[in-house]
Amino acid sequence: MSSQALQMPRWMDLVLLPLWNLLIALLVAGGVVLLIGASPWQALTVLLEGALGSARGLGYTLYYTTTFIFTGLAVAVAFHGGLFNIGGEGQATLGGIGVALLSLWLGPKLPAVVMLPLAVAAAALFGMLWAAVPGYLQAWRGSHVVITTIMFNFLAASLNGYLLVNWLRPAGSMSVESSDFAPSARMPAIHELAASFGWELPSSPLNLSIVLAVLACFFVWWFLWKSRAGYVLRAVGANPSAAHYAGIRPRWQVLAAMGLSGALAGLVGINEIAGVQGKLTLDFVAGAGFTGIAVALMGRNHPVGIVLASLLFGVLYQGGVEVSFEVPGFSREMVVTVQGLIVLFAGAMAMVSAPMFAKLYTLVSRRARQAEGKSHG
Amino acid sequence: MTESSRGGSAPAVRLCDISKRFGAVQANRAVSLSVMPGTVHGLVGENGAGKSTLMAILYGYYHADEGHIEINGQRVQIANSHQAIDLGIGMVHQHFMLVDTLSALDNVMLGAEPAFFLSRAKRQVRQQLEALMRETGLQVRLDATVADLPVGELQRLEILKALYRGARILILDEPTAVLTPQETDQLFEVLRRLRERGTTILLITHKLREVMALCDAVTVMRAGAVVKTTAIGDTSPEDLAESMVGRKVNLGRAGEAAAPAAGAPALQAHGLSVASGAGVHLLTNVSLTLRPGEIVGVAGVSGNGQSELLEVLAGMRGPDAGSLHVAGRDFRAGAWLDPRTARDLKLAHVPEDRHLLGMVMSFPAWETAALGYHEQDQYCAGPLGLAMNQRHLRAQTARMMEDFDVRPRNAELGSSKFSGGNQQKLILAREIGQHPAVLLVGQPTRGVDIGAIEFIHNQLRRLRDAGCAVLLVSSELDEILALADRVVVMNAGRITGELAIDACNETSLGLLMAATPDPADTPALPAGAGAAKASP
Repeated sequence: MSSQALQMPRWMDLVLLPLWNLLIALLVAGGVVLLIGASPWQALTVLLEGALGSARGLGYTLYYTTTFIFTGLAVAVAFHGGLFNIGGEGQATLGGIGVALLSLWLGPKLPAVVMLPLAVAAAALFGMLWAAVPGYLQAWRGSHVVITTIMFNFLAASLNGYLLVNWLRPAGSMSVESSDFAPSARMPAIHELAASFGWELPSSPLNLSIVLAVLACFFVWWFLWKSRAGYVLRAVGANPSAAHYAGIRPRWQVLAAMGLSGALAGLVGINEIAGVQGKLTLDFVAGAGFTGIAVALMGRNHPVGIVLASLLFGVLYQGGVEVSFEVPGFSREMVVTVQGLIVLFAGAMAMVSAPMFAKLYTLVSRRARQAEGKSHG
Repeated sequence: MTESSRGGSAPAVRLCDISKRFGAVQANRAVSLSVMPGTVHGLVGENGAGKSTLMAILYGYYHADEGHIEINGQRVQIANSHQAIDLGIGMVHQHFMLVDTLSALDNVMLGAEPAFFLSRAKRQVRQQLEALMRETGLQVRLDATVADLPVGELQRLEILKALYRGARILILDEPTAVLTPQETDQLFEVLRRLRERGTTILLITHKLREVMALCDAVTVMRAGAVVKTTAIGDTSPEDLAESMVGRKVNLGRAGEAAAPAAGAPALQAHGLSVASGAGVHLLTNVSLTLRPGEIVGVAGVSGNGQSELLEVLAGMRGPDAGSLHVAGRDFRAGAWLDPRTARDLKLAHVPEDRHLLGMVMSFPAWETAALGYHEQDQYCAGPLGLAMNQRHLRAQTARMMEDFDVRPRNAELGSSKFSGGNQQKLILAREIGQHPAVLLVGQPTRGVDIGAIEFIHNQLRRLRDAGCAVLLVSSELDEILALADRVVVMNAGRITGELAIDACNETSLGLLMAATPDPADTPALPAGAGAAKASP
């Protein structure tokens, strides 16, 4: 009675509201584009054309999408456990390190059928362990996971640099990279696979990791809403006191949520390192861990929403690159600005317009009721 | 209107055809209500009947969709609580709106400082308050910190605060929920004196006996509308209860006290002591025996250790000292049982705070219906039992809802969308459905409709008759008198007395509830005991 819940149907909440937010974001972005003297319409067409207009562009878009799905799912799982994991960046870095160490060690000795599943396991395991430390610190030592995970991002970047400079860089090489993996440790690219079936596709970084991303979506959905472990995790996330009452040990669930979250983020290492680079590089995550937060926010922490939001961000990333090439005066920074506006309006301020829609709905439904009442009376 | 305003007999409050809708819920439906100046007007009704919404509209928290308000014959718009205060309306909320760390005087002054320099303001406020206290009998220690004041005094402070702000119309929301019978009597004495001074009082309550004792007139609400308004002389508690619920209800005792089964007790606790982190004794040397087939009531004013007793017995927290014997197992401080073990031992627990502990509000009903029992084989499915058997769980929930009359019968509905009574019935269905040997139940009918209270009481009696040992913690004396076979009284973390139900009445229990325990028998706690607590 005291709290006035917003009244609107599901389709309004899940479809209309996000589209409306996206529209506002694009309008504001269009205004900014106008300010620098470029044409918003040209920018938009180039962006969509570049991201979706060609098989090559689509390949790039889906490659970005793959990475965002992993980091978005990671944020969502932690969120359902009542935790805000902003350490996706570092966990993804560790996932890549795991893949690299294993591939450099066993790659020359093992066939791809054995090597690739092991690489996936290594990526997940390294990401999991890296996230478990902040999880432990929160559950048993009371250090807030938001603080520790962001610190761990810096630690991960430093660790990666240290390993590359001092251990993994081939002797005599000037570039800060590991040596190339053996072919058996490379996640096959989609265009290579298509070629072996006689289907000619332009080259793009899109690789089999996207299948892994789709599987991860199904797994997360099953885990959260069908499994008993997910039930327990959500109970702790929604109400730790009730979970304690139910005989659940919330501390272990914090550890589990962070572990699973980190494992999902770690899989970015498969897409970027085993799939695209074929060697360990510096800063290969490139902010995807943070984009994952926006993806999860926009996707309402549900795998379906996360896939859609990841696609949107994939389009923005790939299309944005094209726009910065094609449209004069449209720099990389402009692209980042537009992305920022979308995160702001569709993610952070997602519910700002909700009361307006709720009011509108109440008004319309009341009118409809009155009209009905009159026609009956 | 002209005639009445001249004659001085205009109602102090007149609500005309007030309607208010929240989404699909019609909270108030053309409610009209007149309260004459200098009277105490009772407002009774079940939860969700619309009493609180109506008062929130009068106090400016909500705006009516339709209808208008007249104060002393003048039509007014009340946009917010500041305007309500300016119109001389004061409200005392069920949960006190006081700042714990400030003194009583500072709390009264807060937001209404009469002078720029605080020392001067304090002097002025103190003078006015002392005059008010003499006049009304509302005695409060003005210099004491609010955190140190007992509940009864806090309530007087809240009333004083409203009067200081010029309230001539006082709204009291469930004022006696937290008081002992003696404190309630004191409060009523004060309210009568206020009435003599000409203050108009609107009393929201569900204790019909209090309505009969204090009010001049009473309005009964049901489902957002006024059922009737009558002078107190023309009605009776039974009549009011029937109007509230819409049918005859019986909340009294049903039958004699049950004789507990002979033989081994179902639960035996000995010497339980709990100290808070700050070293305050929450439970001191509490011993208790429950036998199969009896309901033992724990009476006492809220916050005297009953909650801690429930938590300790249910394994939610470990005591600093003491032992427990249940279902053939022995536990002692340091090696206490946990909630999961408690359930394995057929020790079920209906927690006092159902929103905080009993359910996960964001879960649909069927997920809440498994809480605590989600590891049972019946709810497992799939390879290695990793998945949840949702089909079975939904079917079980549907059965629980049928057996315990949970409305609406929709297992998919969010737990938060049910009314308090239906939430409680769902939790009871879950716990009783496990056929417990011992049931610990806290405040089973707090915030629950009269109709549901009757149902819940009958379920607890049936469980007792089936041989379960029930420990009933309730701050409602009526409830304990209606259900218990034996009563223990708690005060300041100790058991201050035990009475057979035949020896219980308001006076005997009230004296024990207010009794000062002898501090000499405080056992020495191990050093640092308060700090080393098994926390979730």
